[in-house]
Amino acid sequence: MPNITPPDLAGREPHDREERALVQALQHGDESAFATVVERYHASMLRLATARVGDPQLAEEIVQDAWLALVRGIGQFEERASLKTWLFRVVMYRARARSDRERRSVPFSRFEDEPDDGARFLPEDHPRWPGHWAEAVPEVETAPEAMLLRQETMDWLKHLIEMLPPRYRMVLILRDVEGLCAADVCDILSLTDGVERVLLHRARAKIRQGMVDYLQEGDVGHR
Amino acid sequence: MNEPMACRAFVDLVTEYLDDVMPQAERARFEQHLQECPHCRRYLAQIRMTISLSGRLHPGVLQSGTREELLACFREWHTAGTA
Repeated sequence: MPNITPPDLAGREPHDREERALVQALQHGDESAFATVVERYHASMLRLATARVGDPQLAEEIVQDAWLALVRGIGQFEERASLKTWLFRVVMYRARARSDRERRSVPFSRFEDEPDDGARFLPEDHPRWPGHWAEAVPEVETAPEAMLLRQETMDWLKHLIEMLPPRYRMVLILRDVEGLCAADVCDILSLTDGVERVLLHRARAKIRQGMVDYLQEGDVGHR
Repeated sequence: MNEPMACRAFVDLVTEYLDDVMPQAERARFEQHLQECPHCRRYLAQIRMTISLSGRLHPGVLQSGTREELLACFREWHTAGTA
């Protein structure tokens, strides 16, 4: 088994009672508790595994391995990390082990080229506006409620995330889609704070550019 | 008097700002620039929008076959583990 002892998270909010009850039920072999956590986390685990290894079939196997690890390891589970963080960490560990063995995944250690995020600035020696935007930042609708109504917009966002290089995609999925904190993401992906932030920064910048381009085209279409 | 911040530096610091890990003096310069520059205000609003929309993407529906298969595995694993 991997070393998956949760880090010391003292000082953080205690995990809610509902999760504690769930963990205790799992420890007693309660099948309905297992069904609950499967319903809650399976699809997210699969999304993370797919982002990591590329191959959906292999991703399924990895997630199944992670569930087995939960069943076997739940007795030792210490509630210092949330169940979700713990499961994601196991998924990443299993994915690493499988892809090292099978060499079927995208190389993970390679630092992808910086994705082009469309931001252009005037040179630092510009006489009047050094380091200023070279082109105006376009004005687009930014109220999420307006966009949520359109499935097409959400599909486009999903597509943009899928097009990110793997490391950017995983950080963005864990931080912005799953809503985990930076410390948990560093832990799950074995990244330093600084690298995590750079990856997140570039991923968000790239997604912003794709969304703005899309929303501007949409505006033209409505005219 | 603090040196004013350029747009390029503002954009580079957006993630640190949102993670709230900026030194106080830099944060003050960042917020000063935010007040003065409509382009960077738009940029920040657009970044916030992508974060907000990303948080509302559903991971997809679990296929009932997968669920049943996992529950069957659970019974098996559990029996094997306690035997």
